[in-house]
Order: sequence, then structure tokens, then C-alpha cells
Amino acid sequence: MAAAEQASSKDKAKDKSQDAATTWHGIVLQTLKRNEIKLVPYVPDRVLTTLIKDLHADPYFTTFPTAREEEAVGIVSGAWMAGMRGAVLMQTSGFATLANVLASLAVPYQIPLIMFVSERGTLGEFNYGQALVCRTMRPVLDSLAMEHHTITRLDELEFIADRSIKQAVTTQAPVALILSPLLTGGKTFDK
Amino acid sequence: MTNTPARNTKVMNRFDLTQRLVAGLKDEAVIGGIGNTNFDLWAAGHRPQNFYMLGSMGLAFPIALGVALAQPKRRVFALEGDGSLLMQLGCLSTIATLAPKNLTMMVMDNGIYQITGSQPTPAAGHTDIVAVAIACGLANSSWASDEDDFERLIAQSKRAAGPTLIGVRIDDKPGTGTTRRDPVQIRERFMHGMGVRQLL
Repeated sequence: MAAAEQASSKDKAKDKSQDAATTWHGIVLQTLKRNEIKLVPYVPDRVLTTLIKDLHADPYFTTFPTAREEEAVGIVSGAWMAGMRGAVLMQTSGFATLANVLASLAVPYQIPLIMFVSERGTLGEFNYGQALVCRTMRPVLDSLAMEHHTITRLDELEFIADRSIKQAVTTQAPVALILSPLLTGGKTFDK
Repeated sequence: MTNTPARNTKVMNRFDLTQRLVAGLKDEAVIGGIGNTNFDLWAAGHRPQNFYMLGSMGLAFPIALGVALAQPKRRVFALEGDGSLLMQLGCLSTIATLAPKNLTMMVMDNGIYQITGSQPTPAAGHTDIVAVAIACGLANSSWASDEDDFERLIAQSKRAAGPTLIGVRIDDKPGTGTTRRDPVQIRERFMHGMGVRQLL
């Protein structure tokens, strides 16, 4: 019985490490950890569910929901200035609420704000409002000359995320990492 | 709502209260919200542990929460206007959840958007911000009845087991100084004040 339990917990550990290497959320979590990003406030999204659950389960991270995305941006900005690195998780429509805080805090104060945006509004969107909101995201990022990448492939995720986090920190500039439905599967009408 | 606790408090002055706060500080962080709140903080005497917001209305408490989480041994004060807080009331629930005991929040409540022409806020005259904070789960929230009470509440917050919010009724006077609007220098000096970076 004990041996069986041991074997099963070994299997679980194996699953976990496979997860870390083969799923997009496992790679994101490991990349955050490797870059010493401990503080992860978020406004949830269906696609981010597993990542959020795993962040909560890992004592390395301080992760919690906020009422609005700009609140989370304020929190990680304050934490960074006081020596703790953070990243914010959100959905496309949440990003659409951020133009003011990006233009008046993150960009002019040169704060390496790291954002993971789960992309809705494209590749099978069923809500017209989401499709329209999505179209505002890249023009806002471009208008502020902010670095952003749309991640579509699992084999490119670690490279893009790891390099972008390092670039944000060393150049003291915000970055948006957009998680495409091609990477995450997205949210579809039948789900 | 004709007899709210808010109405039993003395109407004080933002600059005077800010000076009283700053006079008692050593290495504590202070986050000054947009406009008059940080203008008066600047005028009370610049210190590297002060952070001055030049936009992002409503984020003084979230920024202070971030500082408080990153440096749990340092006391963090946040100064916010009533109109600003109305923009981000949800942050009170977040702060109640995380409950950092090193965070003291102050709301400067004059019921108006003084800096844009003294228009009344939608909360003016009937919303009790301290009652809102208590309802959000911030049990250590109270109105300062006068200047002495303000100083007593600050001292008490340093021994509190959770975050503290102090409401103060203030007059309609504009800010006393004007913060030098150099965001990179403000941030760089603040990081130096927080001990995480050396100045060039």
C-alpha cells in the first residue's frame, strides 16, 4: 500500500515535471520562477484557469485576484520599485482598460511591467464585443511604442517569454506577451 | 444620513496634516496620490522615500500595497484623495484580503475635485468612505476627529495587526507646492530611498 502510494506520488511528480516542459501554462510558470517573478496579481480568464491554480498551489508565488487590471499594474509597479518582481495576468478586454496607467505610470516612470494577456476576440470568437475590443489592443501598444509579442507556438514560448522578461528588466520598459488561441486553445462557444 | 460620523469630524487642512505626518517620519515610505495630495507631500519637504504620482488616478493605495508586500518590515503610508479613491474602490477589498500590517492609508476627503474646478464628487455629502472601507473588510478604519486624533491614529497604526485607514475631512484649499514632474527621477530616487538601488 505504502509502496503503491509512493509510486503514485512519483507518477504525480513526473506528471508535474512533464507539465512544466510540455504545456504552455507549465512553461509560463517555470519561466516566471526562473526570472524571480514572485508577485502575480491577476483578473481571471477561463483560458488562464490552470495557470492561476498552479500559481496558487506553488508557495514560491504571491498570487491573488484584483478588482481591476490597473490595480494589479499599480501593485506590481510599487513592488518592483521596492525590490520585488511581478507580472500581471489578464484577458484582452482587461488590457483595454489600461491605456491611462500605461501612459501615465509604466511608460513614463520606466517600469518593467510584465503582462501576460490571454487573447480573446479572434480565431473563433463568438462575442462581437470581444472581437471589437481585441482590435484596440495592438494599436494601443503600438501608439506607446511598447514591446509586445503574440505567442502562437509552444516551441517558441519559453524563448519569447524568457527573453522578453529579461529585456523588460534590463531596459526598464514594459512588455505585453499576448497568448494566442493557437497556443492556448482559446475559448470557444461549445466550451 | 444626516448624522454620519464624517460630519462629526473637524474640517482640517491637507498641507497641515501632511506636515504633521512627515515631521514624525524616519525611513517610512510615503506614496502621494495624483494632484494636490502629492503637491502637499512635496511641499512638506522632499525625502527619497516619497513617491509622487503624476497620473494613474486612484492607484496610490495599490502602489503602496506593492511596496508593503515587497518590504514587510518597512511602514508604508499612502495619501489619497476621496475622488481618486472613488476611481478604485475595489482596491480596498484587495488590501483587506492581503492585510499587510505595515500599511497605513489616509483619505483626504473634501467632497470635491478641487484641482479641476472644485466640482463635487458623486459621493459628496452622503457616502461615508470610512464606512465603505469597513464594509470592504478593513476593520481598522476610522475618521480622525481633529489633528491630535490624526496623530494618535498614525501612532496606533504602527502597532496594528492589520492595515489601517484614516479618513480626514479637509477644506477646499489647493495644494501648497508643485511637484517637479520628472517621472524617471522620482522613481529612481524612490528606489534609492527604498534601498534597492544606488544613485548614479
